[in-house]
Amino acid sequence: MKWNNRTRVFVLTVMLAVLILILYMIGLLIPEEAVGTDFQHAGQPPSWAYPFGTDNLGRDLLLRTLKGLSVSMTVGIAASCISAVIAILVGIAAAAGSKTVDGAINWIIDLMMGIPHTVLIILISFSLGRGLKGLLAGIAATHWTSLARLIRGEVLQLRSQHYIVVSRRLGKSGGWIMMHHLVPHLVPQFMVGLILMFPHAILHEASISFLGYGLPPEQPAIGIILAESMRYLSAGMWWMAVLPGLMLVVIVLLIDRLGENVRTVIDPYSAQE
Amino acid sequence: MQLEARQLSFRYHTKWEWVLKDLDFSVAQGECVGLFAPSGSGKSTLALLLAGYLKPVKGAILLDGKPLPSGGICPVQLIYQHPEQAVNPRWRLRKVLEESGQIREELLDVLGIERAWLDRFPRELSGGELQRFCVARALMSGADFLICDEISTMLDVITQAQIWNVVCAEAQKRNMGIVVITHNRNLAQRLCSRICDLKND
Amino acid sequence: MENKQNTPVLEVDGLSVSFRMYDTADRAFQQKNLQVITDLSMCVHAGEVLAVAGSSGSGKSLLASAILGILPDNAVAEGSMRYQGQELTPELQRKLRGTEIALVPQSVDFLDPLMRVGAQTKGNRRAHIFRRLGLPEETVRCYPFQLSGGMARRVLVSTALITDARLIIADEPTPGMSLDQALEALRSFREIADAGKAVILITHDIDLAFAFADRIAVFYAGMTVETARAEDFRAGAEALRHPYSKALWRALPQNGFEPIAGFQPYADNLPEGCPFAPRCSSRSPRCERELPPVRALRGGEVRCFYAHGRPEETCQYTLTDARRGE
Repeated sequence: MKWNNRTRVFVLTVMLAVLILILYMIGLLIPEEAVGTDFQHAGQPPSWAYPFGTDNLGRDLLLRTLKGLSVSMTVGIAASCISAVIAILVGIAAAAGSKTVDGAINWIIDLMMGIPHTVLIILISFSLGRGLKGLLAGIAATHWTSLARLIRGEVLQLRSQHYIVVSRRLGKSGGWIMMHHLVPHLVPQFMVGLILMFPHAILHEASISFLGYGLPPEQPAIGIILAESMRYLSAGMWWMAVLPGLMLVVIVLLIDRLGENVRTVIDPYSAQE
Repeated sequence: MQLEARQLSFRYHTKWEWVLKDLDFSVAQGECVGLFAPSGSGKSTLALLLAGYLKPVKGAILLDGKPLPSGGICPVQLIYQHPEQAVNPRWRLRKVLEESGQIREELLDVLGIERAWLDRFPRELSGGELQRFCVARALMSGADFLICDEISTMLDVITQAQIWNVVCAEAQKRNMGIVVITHNRNLAQRLCSRICDLKND
Repeated sequence: MENKQNTPVLEVDGLSVSFRMYDTADRAFQQKNLQVITDLSMCVHAGEVLAVAGSSGSGKSLLASAILGILPDNAVAEGSMRYQGQELTPELQRKLRGTEIALVPQSVDFLDPLMRVGAQTKGNRRAHIFRRLGLPEETVRCYPFQLSGGMARRVLVSTALITDARLIIADEPTPGMSLDQALEALRSFREIADAGKAVILITHDIDLAFAFADRIAVFYAGMTVETARAEDFRAGAEALRHPYSKALWRALPQNGFEPIAGFQPYADNLPEGCPFAPRCSSRSPRCERELPPVRALRGGEVRCFYAHGRPEETCQYTLTDARRGE
């Protein structure tokens, strides 16, 4: 096999996916005791023993950050998946349904996109009593719009394709056309859309928790860690904010890159470069 | 059997001008009719109407006095000028042919379709080769009428002759009716028993 | 070849184009080099219309892209191209494109769908040219989607006629036009050439093109197989040199409508010898082994071992044709 561009992208994609998975698994596997309080080592700056330093209660910030990241990722990914399912249902309903349905759905999408996400998530989360449930509902309810619009556009465009119309004249049923013509075309778009939704959802989870409307303070979510660090910044404990924040940025960028790479690999039309 | 357009009128939008107005046209089984008209005069629209891709605004398309069936394989099949738009770009060509039902090997032979092409994707073949697949698909569907909308306009003359010879032989064998839409008067004269000028109709 | 004293406006010599491709047939990640144009040569002088004929996949459209320097990124062009005696470098191509060399693209998709026609066809001769091509004046206020296929194509032709380019390359300008419109479009190309410009006319409508062209270049499987004066094509199959050109002539609906079997070989599967040998009725074992070189013959050029010196000698065809003609 020659080492060309497509091979490189493919290998890179697999490596990214594995890396993200490993980070996620580490976070899950860290036991509660490991991030227990230890006042003897409270407030230490980064060192070999504690690469990220410790917080005011002496908890190891590296372990806490990893654990926090995996909590955030769980919430983000779960919310994205729910959101993506909403998107595909709404998108197809808009494209295949009557003009009225399409108009109504478009109006809702415009409305949702017009309101800042953060405000909307806080509202939904707050009205559902905060916590995990409220946060999930909030993120899931706000992130489907752009993917739904994309899917609606794709389905509309496909429906007018000559080969679809031919298929109908060759006696194929709507269900058959859906399964054989539409779904294989939509799945790659859907997957890419889904993966590219993760970073958004994770960032929103972090910011809402940071603002105190999301996960409860005892959860080591990344937003909570960052919120706690604020109180100690003036005491000069910079590492409590900088290092976990940096990790959040890194993981979000990694997932974003993964999405772009998946797009390159599965889309046969960006083929020959 | 007879395919007939009766008092056919069509426009794409109620505010737009009529593309076709009170048009009468018919083609019988075993007949090859040429349609001749300047561009923009609604030939392609008529093709879409005859094959049931569009619904008439007024008037009707009748097959033996009855409207075209809405389900099942349509007895009127359309072959189109741009074969690359008429096949799913993500399908191998074997699947494209299978969509029409039975694959008839002898038809592939006379159309000069190489067996190796069946495992390729549409963008790996030229327009002329793809058009052979579209013709094969339409013929294999068992249609009684073929509407050919500029099917050889984008092809070289040798491929054009190859395809038309097959279509005509098959039409004769099965007593099919054919509507040929073309700008090429020589081609129309060669193929058709009757030539219709839309403008004068 | 016509031995004109002046340098040709464009001279292409031994052009080859290859693509770096992924083998999609087996969905592997393997890259290979695919030579799509093997050996194209042609030249066009000021005041001349050169028609380029050949089936799709023979490299006609790629030739236009190569001249303009708009080949896809994964393509590599080799060989020499000279514009008025000057080697066509990428910089020169960029400079000439749209000013000195104009293209009439093959697909109507090249019109910007979001701009009115008027904005895409600026120039003070527009009214005149639109009238000549039979485009109503209101066309300038239309968006491309409001045009029929034939009208859109005439708009494309007009874009090239409006510029002051010295070389116009028209890639399939006529499909979708009625006979009158096609003739009018070709007549305007002819007039441009008569005004001292050079026109390359890439076309399937060979019978129309031959009525207006000075010379014809016939391409097959990425090679020039024959260059002939247009009179030879008008005179009939006997006057032509290469068996493929003769086959083209005979496949015309007005000349017998007789196809030859088979198909043009693929770039990745070219026979060792003459690319046309598998379909040729007068092939010999030599044709299957060895690629014939291009040689001058009867005021034209041909790539065939067995093309004859005098038209009478190709009696094998002449007799049957004469009989059919009667």
